[in-house]
Amino acid sequence: MQGVRRQTFVGWLFVLPALAMYGLFVLQPLALTLQYSFYRWDGVGPATWVGLSNYAAMLTEPKLVETLFNAFRLVLFFSVVPVALGLVTASVIHRVATGRLGAVSRTVLFLPQVIPLVAAGIIWGRLLSLSGLINQGLTAIGLGDLARAWLGDFDTALPAVGLIGIWVLLGFCTVLLLTGMSKVDAALYESARIDGAGWFREFRSITLPSLRQEIGVCLTVTIIAALAAFDVVYVSTGGGPGNATAVPGIQIYILAFLERQVGLASALAVVLVILVLLVILPIQRLSRDDAR
Amino acid sequence: MKVARQELVAGRALLAVLIAITILPFLSIFTTALYPSGSVPVGVSWPADPQWGNFVDAFKVANMGALLASSVFIVLAVVPISLVISTMAGFAIGLLRIPGARLLLLLFVFGLTLPFEGIITPLYFLARQIGILNTRLAIVLPLIGLFMPFAVFWMRAHFVNMPGEVSEAARVDGASTWDLFWRIHVPLARAPIASLGILMSVWAWNQFLLALVLVEDPTQRTMAGGLGAFQGHYATDIPLLCAGTILILLPTLLLFVVFQRHVIAALLQGSVKG
Repeated sequence: MQGVRRQTFVGWLFVLPALAMYGLFVLQPLALTLQYSFYRWDGVGPATWVGLSNYAAMLTEPKLVETLFNAFRLVLFFSVVPVALGLVTASVIHRVATGRLGAVSRTVLFLPQVIPLVAAGIIWGRLLSLSGLINQGLTAIGLGDLARAWLGDFDTALPAVGLIGIWVLLGFCTVLLLTGMSKVDAALYESARIDGAGWFREFRSITLPSLRQEIGVCLTVTIIAALAAFDVVYVSTGGGPGNATAVPGIQIYILAFLERQVGLASALAVVLVILVLLVILPIQRLSRDDAR
Repeated sequence: MKVARQELVAGRALLAVLIAITILPFLSIFTTALYPSGSVPVGVSWPADPQWGNFVDAFKVANMGALLASSVFIVLAVVPISLVISTMAGFAIGLLRIPGARLLLLLFVFGLTLPFEGIITPLYFLARQIGILNTRLAIVLPLIGLFMPFAVFWMRAHFVNMPGEVSEAARVDGASTWDLFWRIHVPLARAPIASLGILMSVWAWNQFLLALVLVEDPTQRTMAGGLGAFQGHYATDIPLLCAGTILILLPTLLLFVVFQRHVIAALLQGSVKG
C-alpha cells in the first residue's frame, strides 16, 4: 500500500514542473485578465470596481462592436477561402499531379507557413502599396484606374489583410487535406474513374465525406488564426485606416498599452477567449463524432 | 490513370498559377531590396544598378548579429526545458496514469485554444512585478508556460499508446520510476520528442506578440520581434526594409529547405493532434 502511495507521489512530481510553468504563466494571468475586466484601471494608479460595465461597452461602443465584427469578417478570408481553395487544390494535385509537379507544389505552397507572420505582413505591405506589384499588374492589363493603396483604403483594407491570410494559410490547408486524401482507399477512386466519374462527382461523393476530420482540423486552425490575428495586422495596417482592420488582438494591444484602458482591454480579452471556444468546440464535435 | 486531357491541362495550369502567386511576393521584395536605398521602386523589376550593399547595410542597421544571437538564446532556453518537463508530465499522465490524470489532462487541453492576447496584459504587469520586464526571461518563461498545453497533450498521446509490458518488465527488474522514464521510455519516444522540438523551435523563433510587449530593446527579442522593430524604424526606406526582411527570413527558409519533410510532417501532425 505504501508503495502505491509513493508511486502516486513520484508521479505527481513528474507533472509538477509543467504544471507550475502552466499555472504561473498561463492560468494565473488568465485569472488576472478576468479580474482586471471588472475594473477601470490605467495600469498605474488605483483601480475602480465597475462591475460589468466593461462588458457592456463591447455591445455599445461602436469602436468595439466594429472590432468584433471585423474578427468575423476576417474568418471569411482566413478560413472559408483557404479551406475551400485548399480542397480544390489538393484534389487537383491528387488527380493530375502525382509526380514531381505535385511534390514541388506542396513544398512551395507550404513556404508561407514557415516564415514569421511579421515577414508575411511586411512582404504584402509592399505588394499592396501604391507602387506595389498588384497595382503594377492592374496597370499592365489596362485596369490602372483601380490602382490604390489597398491597405490604406477604408473599403479595401480588410479584404487586403484577408488576402495575406489566404496566402499564408492556403498551403497549410492544401498539404493537410492532401495527406488525408492519400489515406482514402485508392480502389474507391479507381472504380469511380472506371465509371467515368468526372472531377466534381469524385470530389463530392468520395473526397469530401472521407475528409471530415481533416476539414475539421483546417477549420479549427484557420478560425483561431483569424479570430486571434495579430502579427499580420499589426505590421500591415496597425488596425487602420480608422478602425477598418481593428481586430480583437490589435484592439487589446492598443487599449492596454497605448490608451491605458487595462480593464476594457481585459474584458475584450475575456470575450476573445470565450469566442474562440464557442466557435471551435462545435467544429471539434462535428468532425470527430463521425466514427472513421 | 484515366484523366481527361483537358482536365490535365486545366489542373496543371491552376497549380502553376498558385505556385507563381506564392513565389512572386518573395521575388518582389528581393528585386526591391536591390534598388538604391531610399528610392520607391515599382512592383517587380530588375534595377539598372543592383545595390547588393543594401544587405550589408540592413545587417548593420538591424544589428542582425545580436538579433540572431538573441533568437538562438531564446530558442535554446525555451525548447530543451519545455521538452523535458512536458515529456515528464506526458509520461505521468499517459503512462503512469496517476490519480487525477484525467483532470490534469483536461486542465492542459483547456489551454490548447487560448489566444496569447488573452493573457498578454497581465503578463506585462507580472513581468514588471517580478523584475524580468525587458529581459529575455520575460519571453522565455511565459513561452514555456504557453507551450505546455500543446506539448503535454502531444507527449501524452505518445505515452498513452505504449504497451504496458515494457514498463512491467522493467519494474520486475527493480527499476525506479526515474530509471523507467529516463532509460527506457525517453529513448523510445525519440520521434515524437524530435517533432515537438522542431515545432516549438519554429514557434519560438517566429513569436512576435510576447517580444513586442515584454521586451523594449529589439536586440533582446526574437527574430520576428526584431523585424517588427526594424519595420517601425525603416518603414519609409523600402529597399532597406526589404533587404532586412530577406535577411531575417533566410535562416528559417534555409532550415525549411534542409528539414523540409520533417517540418511539414511535424506541423501537420501537430495540428491534427491539437
